[in-house]
This record gives sequence, structure tokens and C-alpha cells, in this order.
Amino acid sequence: MHDVHSYRKPSPGSQPDYLYPPYKSTVKRAPVQPLVLVPQTLSEITGPVFGRNEIAPLDHDLTRQHQSAPLGERMIVNGRVLDDGGCPVANTLVEIWQSNAAGRYRHADDNHDAPLDPNFTGCGRTLTDDAGRYRFVTIKPGAYPWRNHHNAWRPPHIHFSVFGCGFLQRLVTQMYFPGDPLLALDPMYTCIADERARQRLISSFDWENTVPEFAIAYRFDIVLRGRDATPMEK
Amino acid sequence: MNELTTASQTVGPFVSISFAPSLAGDLTVQGVSGKRVVLHGRVIDGDGAPVGHAAIETWQANAHGKYAHPEDFQEKPLEREFRGFGRVMADERGAYRLVTIEPGCTPGPGGVLQAPHLVVVIFMRGLLKHLTTRVYFPDDTHNAEDPVLKLVPEERRATLIARRVATDANELEWNIVVQGKDETVFFEY
Ligand SMILES: [Fe+2]
Repeated sequence: MHDVHSYRKPSPGSQPDYLYPPYKSTVKRAPVQPLVLVPQTLSEITGPVFGRNEIAPLDHDLTRQHQSAPLGERMIVNGRVLDDGGCPVANTLVEIWQSNAAGRYRHADDNHDAPLDPNFTGCGRTLTDDAGRYRFVTIKPGAYPWRNHHNAWRPPHIHFSVFGCGFLQRLVTQMYFPGDPLLALDPMYTCIADERARQRLISSFDWENTVPEFAIAYRFDIVLRGRDATPMEK
Repeated sequence: MNELTTASQTVGPFVSISFAPSLAGDLTVQGVSGKRVVLHGRVIDGDGAPVGHAAIETWQANAHGKYAHPEDFQEKPLEREFRGFGRVMADERGAYRLVTIEPGCTPGPGGVLQAPHLVVVIFMRGLLKHLTTRVYFPDDTHNAEDPVLKLVPEERRATLIARRVATDANELEWNIVVQGKDETVFFEY
């Protein structure tokens, strides 16, 4: 009989609350009943395992999924998936989606008056390597308006979905760009109380991985809940 | 000194462009054993209105109660064809549908058996971090002793148990109410 190797709670202040009225849609979608605290079991410390054979060779390169290159500034986004103890999360699925350079998503419900790009779908997926590293090639997304409040604009961002080793590490987040004046006005960003936790969502210019005469790189590391000390076998 | 964990952010309204190519709405591929069930229902907000385009992911053991994961050390058979991961999108009327099999019982804290269940996570626009819950099966005798259900206030337990739909023995209805009357129980760990 093995005890489960449980996960620590996320760092205090690092996660938004469900209710954040400046982001209007949270008002009717945040639970009002308290969450029920339950023990971690085998059901939650496990989660789906994905294989390399499920990833196509160009899934990580959003600039080569069509006949021609998409319009916009080509960029590399790379980083590591780690747990809060600094250990790499290897072989985990990372999915991204984003708007095109003009700030428009390839989605039927996106009616922002900006052009679609026939050469850009805006989705990528990859598995991290043994050191937890991932790398995508894409184009810089554009800002886009939304109807949350008067003159509301989302700062350019890339949506990230990460699985981790078990369902308790599941995370969906957004990556932003350094020096963006829209961030301070964005409820998605300001919903996070801790200033250092906000900073975690901002990628950094990555000269080391910038490829000469090809593309500028940004670095974005993702930190998932870590684990308590290994349980003793009974 | 631990690293600060990355903040959750909403999936936003356009998540389906990413999830749609990798949906897993029918886990009953050939070679998978177990009782087939069709789980369906609606996602509902605090106004009682349907939530369109929510993403729902499920995780479960196979019919023997074995998870397809390296940390499941139980001596129970794995089935190569069964990953145990479901991913569906609710449509514009908030309706979702997942075809799967009833999982077996799985070990819980202190060696107590857990009743058959699916772990369910829900993502949607307006949700800054995903919600985690479970769905159990109606009339299962193990439900009464399930160590997680027991921690849920009795008057709210019914929100975690799918309802049999009279017309078809395999059909189960389970609504996910994120807020308000009959709000689904959500967990923290
Ligand atoms: Fe977005």
C-alpha cells in the first residue's frame, strides 16, 4: 500500500480569487458556496500522459502550418516548466493559442474588425524535454478590444495550457510582454494580488535564444505546484 | 525557498480553437472493457443561464479501477486503448456530452475504497482559475462509504451524482451549476 505523494498548495497570493468584479463575467460565474477541502487521492495526483507520437513535427511552429508565412513579427517563445521546488516537469503537454498580428482570433465568435490571416491558425502544442524545456516559433500577437468596460483592450498575450504530472498540476495561464502599458489597465492581470506573481506572467527578452537574422526570443518559465517530501511506504 | 507558482488565468472565449482538434468525447474505443455510459448535461451560471463554450476535462480509472499513470502501483490490468482522459466543449446552449465507461473503485486515504467517479475540471470565460469537482454514478452501493463524498455536506451531495435518464439505461444526466441554486460542489486540495 502506497500513500499518495501529495502536492503543496500554490504559493499564497499567487492565484486570483474566483470573484473579481472589475472582470465583469466573474460576477455570475464565481461559486458563492465555499470550496470543500478534500484529501488528495490517487485520482488527482495522477493525470493524462501524452506521447511524442501524438505531436506532429510542425505543431510547435505556428509560422509553418500553412502555405506561406503569416504576417507579423516572427518570435520564439521558450522556457521551462518547473515545479515550485525547481524540479523540471518533463514530457508534459504544453498547448498555446493566440490572436494573429492584427489582434484577431481564428474563431467564429471573434468579430473584432481586424483582418484574418489565411496563413495563421494561432495554435501550437509540444511536449517538454527531460529538462522541462519547451520552444515555440510564432508571431507576436496583437492587442484586441473587449467589452468588459469602456475602451477595454487586452494586452498582447499568448494563452498557455499545461498538464503537469497529475491533474492537481493542471494550469491554464497567459503570457504577456515586457513594458506593456496596457497591463496596468487589464483586469485579467490586476486580478492577481501579489506583485511578484503578476511579474511571473510577463515574459522576458531572451537574447541568448534570439536567432540572428531570424527571430527575437522571449523567455517564459511556468511554475506548477510542487510536492511534499516523498511519503514513507507503509 | 520555493519558487512562486504561476498564476492561473482564464481560458477566454476562444479556447476552442486550441482544444477542438484534440477533443476526446468518446472513450469507448474498441478493446475497452466496462459498462458504457453517456454522460450529458448543461453548464449553468448564477442567472440560471447556460454557459456556452465551456471546456470540460475528465480523468478516470478504467473498469478495473486502474489509472493509466506511472504512480498507480496497483496490481490491476491496464488497457492500452484507454487513457482515461476526456475533453469536451459545451455548445452555445451550454450542453456537453461525453461517452465513456464506468470506472472501477479506486483506493482512497487509509486504504478505504473510493466509489467509481470521474474527476472533472471546468474552464470558461469569466473563470479566472478552473473549477475541480467529481461526478459519481447513481445507485452505486459504494457511494455511501466514499471518503470524499462523506466530507461534502449531506444536503449538497446530490450535486455530485449523475441522474439516470429513464429512457435509456446507459444515459446519465449531470449539470454543472457554477453559482446559485443547486450550485455544484467544487473542491480544493
Ligand atoms: Fe486571448
